This record gives sequence, structure tokens and C-alpha cells, in this order.
Amino acid sequence: MADIAFLLLIFYLVSTTMNVDSGLQRMLPPYIDPSEKQQTNKVNKRNTLLVFVDAHDRLMVQSKLAQVEELNSIVKEFILNPQNRDDMPEKTVEKIDLIGEYPVGKGLVSLQNDRATSYDMYMRVQNELVRAFNELRDELSADKFMGKKFEELGEAEKKAIQKAIPLRISEAEPRDMTGGKK
Amino acid sequence: MKKKGGKTVPAISTSSLPDVIFMLLFFFMTTTVMRETELKVQVQLPEATEVQKLEKKSLVSYIYIGPPTRALAAKWGDSPRIQLNDTFKTKEEILDFIAAERDKVSEADRPYMTVNIKAHKDMRMGLITDVKQELRKANALKISYAAQKALRRGE
Repeated sequence: MADIAFLLLIFYLVSTTMNVDSGLQRMLPPYIDPSEKQQTNKVNKRNTLLVFVDAHDRLMVQSKLAQVEELNSIVKEFILNPQNRDDMPEKTVEKIDLIGEYPVGKGLVSLQNDRATSYDMYMRVQNELVRAFNELRDELSADKFMGKKFEELGEAEKKAIQKAIPLRISEAEPRDMTGGKK
Repeated sequence: MKKKGGKTVPAISTSSLPDVIFMLLFFFMTTTVMRETELKVQVQLPEATEVQKLEKKSLVSYIYIGPPTRALAAKWGDSPRIQLNDTFKTKEEILDFIAAERDKVSEADRPYMTVNIKAHKDMRMGLITDVKQELRKANALKISYAAQKALRRGE
């Protein structure tokens, strides 16, 4: 009896996996045929934060060199625009259920990369961007819903927070500056 | 301290061994999932702290990108390749792959389909960008960059 059970056990150990897939989830923009006329970019310049990673894995934010560690605070400040500076996103006060009136920023983070950028670096930057948004959501939810984290909220509350701080990361069309070198 | 005397210790009863093993067996049967594809490329996932778990495995399609495994490197070389299901494919074949995956699920579930991109962390973005462009053409816009969960600093 024990032998048969052992045999089955070993079979299951070998043929199955336990790992749960996890990853950074993202929506891609719909495909635009390059032959079609490029529609003019309607997003105001002050509303976009340009993040670019070049072929040597250097990070540039608004055409200035930056470190990955700084990215979190840069994005946070950009999205919230606490001092209402006019080179940062405009805000419109919206009435959101459960939260009330909240100035929703129109900020958009545009992430660009080179064909020779390493995937590791790209993921680190992506991760920092998502982290900035997640922390902002955590802060707002702690403020509005008695110290709870965003993950601990119910469905309706989550929706409200998502409305107040929308996750706007765009992965722009790739740039190729290496001349096809891989 | 030691007990003295020549008394022999009785053998441990093994009559409950099958029960224990069966319990282990049932534990593994319920917690694991069957392996579906054999990896032909090396995939060492990058680390990230903000990962989300992918739910509903039946709605997830996998794209593996990386250099061929050592055993296959002799035949295929070591430049990065795309693996769909069990074979190496070119990026043009992603369209067909997505169409086939779409046919497998019911119409109601189609908007929730996710493509999980499992790419080796030392890859260059070139090939991944190509794959992303193909996915956009195939209108499979919901993607997930597979990553290992790492702890946030200071946690």
C-alpha cells in the first residue's frame, strides 16, 4: 500500500509545478499602422513625464540624467504636483464617491526605451514607476479610509482610489538609435 | 543518565505509513498544477517588488523569450529566441498563436485573456519590443511581464 502511494506521490512531484505566476501587469496601447497619418499628440507638454532608458542603460527623466532610486520621488512629485507649479500636470477637481472632491491630476508617465536597453534595467524602471503609483494610492487610502492600505480595501473603495490616482504609464513606440545593432 | 539494561526497543509500527503518504499525495495533488510546456529557452526572471499574481491560469498564454538551453544551443545557437507552446517560433507567428489561444476560451472570457511574457533578464529590449508590437497587432493588449517577487527595501 505504502509503495503504491509513494509511487503516486513521486509521480506528482515530478510532473507538476507549484509556482504561481506573478508579474507586472500592463495594458499595451492599440496598434496604429505607421502608414496612417500620425495623429497629433493631444497631451499637453506639462502633463507628460518623459522617462527614457538609453542603450547603455542610462536613465533620463525629462532629458536629464537620473538614478533609478530617485525615480520614485520624481514620479510622486510629478503626479501630485503639490505646489501647483505650472510645469507640472494640471488638476481638475472631481467628485468621487466615497472620497468626495479630489483634485485629479492629468499626469502621464511616458516610458521610452532603446532597442539595446537591457530587459533587467527596463523592468527596474517599470517597477519603480508602478511603485510610485502604488505608494501614492496607499497614502491616499490611508488618509481616506482609516489607515488601510490600498490592497486591504473593498472593491468600491479600490475603484474610488483608482479614479483619484489613475495609473497612467504609457509605453511609447520604440526608438532605434543603434542603427539596428542588437 | 543512560538507561541500562538489554531491553530491545520494539520496531516502530508502519501500519500508518500509507495514510501519511496518501495525505502528502493529496496535498501535492491539490496545491500543484500540471507542467504544460517543456522549456526550451533559458529564462531567468528579473526581480520586481510590485508584482501582482496572475489569476485564472486557463486565460493566460505564455511567451518565453531567451537564449536556447545548453542542450539545444549546439543546434540552435545562442542568440535569443521566442518559444510558443513547445517549439521555437519567429515573431511573425505570434499572430497565429494568439488567434489559436483565443479560440480556446469562450467568448465571454476573451477580454480577460492575458499574455505572460517570460523573458530572460539579460535580454536586450529589441526582441521584446518586436514581440510587443506583434501583440499590439494581434490586439492582445493585456500583458504581464513575469518577474520574481522581491521584498521592498526596508521591509
